[in-house]
Amino acid sequence: MGFVARLIGKARRSSPWLLHFDCGSCNGCDIEILACLTPVYDLERFGVVNVGNPKHADILLVTGTVNQRNRQVLAVLFEQMAKPGVVVAIGACALSGGVFREAPNVLGGVDRVIPVDVYVPGCPARPEAIIDGVLLALEKFREKE
Amino acid sequence: MAGTVLPFGPQHPVLPEPLHLNLTIEDEIVVAAMPAFGYVHRGLEKLADIRDFRQMIQVVERVCGICSMIHALTYCQGLEELLGVEPPRRARFLRVIWSELHRLHSHLLWLGLFADAMGFESLFMQLWKIRERIMDINEATAGNRVILSVNVIGGVRRDLDAGQTGWLLTELAEVEKGINALGRTILSDYTVQQRTRGKGVIGGRQALEFGCVGPMLRASGVSQDIRLLGYAAYGELDFAPVVEQDGDCHARCRVRFAELGQSIDLIRQALAKLPAGDLSVPVKGRPEGETVVRAEQPRGECLYYIKANGGRFLERLRIRTPTFANIPALTAMLPGLELADVPVVLLSIDPCISCTER
Amino acid sequence: MSIAADSISCVELCRAVAACKEKGCRFVTITCVGADSAGAELLYHFDRELALSHLRLTVSGDEVPSISGIYAAAFLVENEIQDQFGLVFTGLAPDYRRTLFLDGQESPPPFRRDRGPDQGE
Ligand code: SF4
Repeated sequence: MGFVARLIGKARRSSPWLLHFDCGSCNGCDIEILACLTPVYDLERFGVVNVGNPKHADILLVTGTVNQRNRQVLAVLFEQMAKPGVVVAIGACALSGGVFREAPNVLGGVDRVIPVDVYVPGCPARPEAIIDGVLLALEKFREKE
Repeated sequence: MAGTVLPFGPQHPVLPEPLHLNLTIEDEIVVAAMPAFGYVHRGLEKLADIRDFRQMIQVVERVCGICSMIHALTYCQGLEELLGVEPPRRARFLRVIWSELHRLHSHLLWLGLFADAMGFESLFMQLWKIRERIMDINEATAGNRVILSVNVIGGVRRDLDAGQTGWLLTELAEVEKGINALGRTILSDYTVQQRTRGKGVIGGRQALEFGCVGPMLRASGVSQDIRLLGYAAYGELDFAPVVEQDGDCHARCRVRFAELGQSIDLIRQALAKLPAGDLSVPVKGRPEGETVVRAEQPRGECLYYIKANGGRFLERLRIRTPTFANIPALTAMLPGLELADVPVVLLSIDPCISCTER
Repeated sequence: MSIAADSISCVELCRAVAACKEKGCRFVTITCVGADSAGAELLYHFDRELALSHLRLTVSGDEVPSISGIYAAAFLVENEIQDQFGLVFTGLAPDYRRTLFLDGQESPPPFRRDRGPDQGE
């Protein structure tokens, strides 16, 4: 590995950026993720930064169920992420479909479409659980690098 | 550059949710806006076919996590009407308290996101810091931060004891102090005014024609608040709708800001009048017939149509949520704006897409 | 218990809705109560100063005249009913052609009671 590549790798490991995508969630998990990024829980102290652009992101946080339409968006986002990326599925919906499992326009959990590295249960997942999940994702990310 | 179509969303930095807009722009000016949906659609009304009418409470709570308690409240009120039961007085007051806590956390959440859409990140952080106190109250009183699950058909499941009441009041005083300290920034900061005054204007008549509800309607000078129907215990409390005349983003901001104070006041009134008694009445039998119920959510009027045929499952459950009513007005508000103002105007209706699509 | 609603037919619909608009009613929403091969039942809800009024429309067949020309806001809910129940609103603008939430014609409308002879429940 060249010097520049090593430098970039080191920088990414110590400050991975995250992207949040809401598939078909009820917002319960989304607002908990946002709450994690605000002063009381402050996820940013671990070096992660929330970004809006998938091309800058190392960690993808997904909430909610997958349906026919958003599966394409999800697949594209995953495709555009910096490699190697880590995917964290948050909330019962993202794991299996949760309460909406039998609804007509629900395909199931996120792992139907993209590979998931960390599963965070809860409906909604508590901020502590989300922080835990992101920390686990950081570890996985370092392994993958 | 005549008529370039610019896709806005579904994944966009200012939107926590996937709303998609097709904006037709000429130079920097929006000439037409057409919303597109389907990214959050689940079809959960259909679940009424396979979940019985009691289990449906858990499903309707998850129509929208932000106003979950009020969704369950509306649903339970509808079924109580069909089953002919009257919840105890204490339960009705407790419902008001949790409803207003929801309104507080939702409005703080919105004000924060709105500040973020303008690029005012420190204000966003401050508002969400205050909001955490409300979330703590929710957790202490109901056991969960977001989805409270306190409603059952015939009453509520949780009670407040005397110790909690006192603590709740001191927390609320802190929240009020925090809000008042930020009030000047939110309402009269130069940048905030520049970004919001005169943007996305909709007049009272037009708002009514587009079927707008809630703070949208009230910011355009129409005094309408479903809480005035007096459901739960609102009939015994003293309040008047907050109305502003300008109909622009700043007016909507002012309405929601003033409603924060109103909610705190309503909680105090309800706590002062909280009667002793049971939490719920036993419910027997199966619902039969049809009914329409309404309640005021943080975003406006929410309407449930429930039809039952005496079986375990409801025949039809239809949920018309406030954002569903507010979105058509966007097609009239966005044209004529500069592209840079679109996120602010879009957020000013307080869009909740998971409500809209269900 | 049922709700008090004026029963109307397709031909009277537009006139009745226009009369509501004259009175200054706010259009609340349309509820499709149910639809199958025999026809459909729709409820139109209006609000005037916190008092609700309803119109009940029964149609035989799939076609319903659109009221989006009278109340522009109706386009969203009419498109939703097209998606869910497979009804067709004539004169609807803008028409998403059953792609508001779902991806068009190939899937049977999920809320219809009869799914056709081959997909019956
Ligand atoms: S897991 Fe629960 S809280 Fe989270 S998005 Fe799904 S329904 Fe909402």
